[in-house]
Amino acid sequence: MIETVVKVDLPVDEMLQIRKMRLQPENGGNGRRISIVTGIHGDELEGQYVCYKLSDYIRKNMKYLAGTVDVYPALNPFGIDSITRGIPAFDLDMNRIFPGNTEGDMNEYLAAQIVRDAAGSDLVFDIHASNIFLTEVPQIRINELHADSLVPYAREANVDFIWIHGASTVLESTFAHSLNAAGTPTLVVEMGVGMRITQAYGDQLFAGIVHLMKRLGIWKGEDFDVRTPIVSADNEDVGFLNASTSGIFLKNVEHGAVLKKGDLIGRIVNPLTGTVADEITSPADGWLFTIREYPVVSEGSLLGRILYGKENSV
Amino acid sequence: MEKKILFKIKALYRDDFRVSGFSFGSGEKAVCIVGSMRGNENQQLYCCSQLIRKLKELEAKGRIHEGKEILVVPCVNPYSMNIKKRFWSIDNTDINRMFPGYDEGETTQRIAGGLFEAIKDYVYGLQFASFYMPGRFVPHIRVMKTGFEDVELAKKFGFPYVVLHTPRPFDTTTLNYNWQVWETKAFSVYTTFTEEIDRASARQAVEAVLNFLRKTDTIDYDGFEGYVSKVVSTEEMVTVRNRTAGFFEGKTGAGEHVRKGQVLAYIADCYEGNVTDEICSPTDGTILFTHAEPRVYQNTAVYKIIPEKDEW
Repeated sequence: MIETVVKVDLPVDEMLQIRKMRLQPENGGNGRRISIVTGIHGDELEGQYVCYKLSDYIRKNMKYLAGTVDVYPALNPFGIDSITRGIPAFDLDMNRIFPGNTEGDMNEYLAAQIVRDAAGSDLVFDIHASNIFLTEVPQIRINELHADSLVPYAREANVDFIWIHGASTVLESTFAHSLNAAGTPTLVVEMGVGMRITQAYGDQLFAGIVHLMKRLGIWKGEDFDVRTPIVSADNEDVGFLNASTSGIFLKNVEHGAVLKKGDLIGRIVNPLTGTVADEITSPADGWLFTIREYPVVSEGSLLGRILYGKENSV
Repeated sequence: MEKKILFKIKALYRDDFRVSGFSFGSGEKAVCIVGSMRGNENQQLYCCSQLIRKLKELEAKGRIHEGKEILVVPCVNPYSMNIKKRFWSIDNTDINRMFPGYDEGETTQRIAGGLFEAIKDYVYGLQFASFYMPGRFVPHIRVMKTGFEDVELAKKFGFPYVVLHTPRPFDTTTLNYNWQVWETKAFSVYTTFTEEIDRASARQAVEAVLNFLRKTDTIDYDGFEGYVSKVVSTEEMVTVRNRTAGFFEGKTGAGEHVRKGQVLAYIADCYEGNVTDEICSPTDGTILFTHAEPRVYQNTAVYKIIPEKDEW
């Protein structure tokens, strides 16, 4: 059943609605609930496929559903509709206004209603897709403040990598932090690239979600095997590759590549002069879990991330 | 006056990206003034241009105190200004969400880091700032509560109001907040407009900055004495919201004194023109901020009012 989480009147003949699909057995289920949330950033579309696939799968196998599945495919419908990362008209990153405020302006009000609706779930997936610049292997990022409660879930989610990162004050205004701080376990998934859908990654995450539904007692049907992720809890493990100069980045390897020290990752070239401005090589042995997808780079642009010392990708 | 390049990045097809600073006097790093940081901050850029013009005159007359240096950075983001984009040209990030910056980080982190390295050691830091919502302000000084804020010093600008603001998580990456962390006394100067140039409020702001420079023993200046500032915290302000979306027809402007029950604005249906909401003031007070766009979303903070206090 499609439900409206929150709606707001717009000035010119339109209603802004954030909607969800609630899937539940006819008897209302056993009270357990998983929520699948995506579309906070309007240019991140990987979650669209996961939402579709999960809803389709459950609707065709309703007899196995024991609990509640809430699917929120578009927290920022304006952004998705206009290929805009933030909230159009406000130039605002929606993932910096949580937990919102029911007495606040339109966006704060929307954020507060979304949090109210998703709070109390046994588990929430917040699916992101990096951005238009970077491609990521399927991974879950966890704020170290919530590692103890989240890592056990993340290990079962069929991702390749779990990155436990340091706490940051600015991240306290994210959707995931707001829910985690309120006691609703929320996993942030990053996978693929902005403005595109990588169906293989969607299939992978779908299997992880169904597996966790099974573990949570929400699903009685088929289970899926899940892979064992690499877990990094040490910030020193992760190296960032930033452009030394402006130019056009030509990658030499794909994300997920296992690298030896000195391997060529890519080149920054200057089409005007026909010259190579820089060659980017791996500073150490490691696993390239992020790579630059968008070719135009400025000095400082992120070109990739390497997990040092992990020689075998999953 | 000496023009300096504080930070530079080479681009592929555009001219070099440069953050320029204009230095007056020499000696102790006394006061740094930063102007536009976003591509739509025309008023902030204009204020700095007028300040630089004035400081050049004062320097020529020997009115900058011996052993004091003033640095004005009129624009931190010429790239975005020149293509009329609010945030960074490639990735749409906001430089004023990147402080204290990082010299090995992403582009806007490097810009913030390069600028901050050049300006973090000043005794006083002033920024001509803009609000995230479109609207008009009574010119005022805004101070972030970090534990290092100095409200008495903020009164030296001589603006009618000093607004004390409790930082939210995203404020911790602004210039103002990080200046204070590095023990620079930091103040944000708000004038009436952002995208449009308003010469009257710009002049008031420039006079207020010169007044501050005089009172902090940095220049000799015989000008605007200013008001005895009232201090108000953002928590004390009364926010007035509209119940319906539609055309916004404001009846009162920033700076006006209003009475409880007075009509501040009407909201009209965008198709049929009928009034759908009458917005009345919930208190006696002075309007600090007004919405300033033709249309308005439902439940927008269209007015912020400083309520009257008996002790004032």
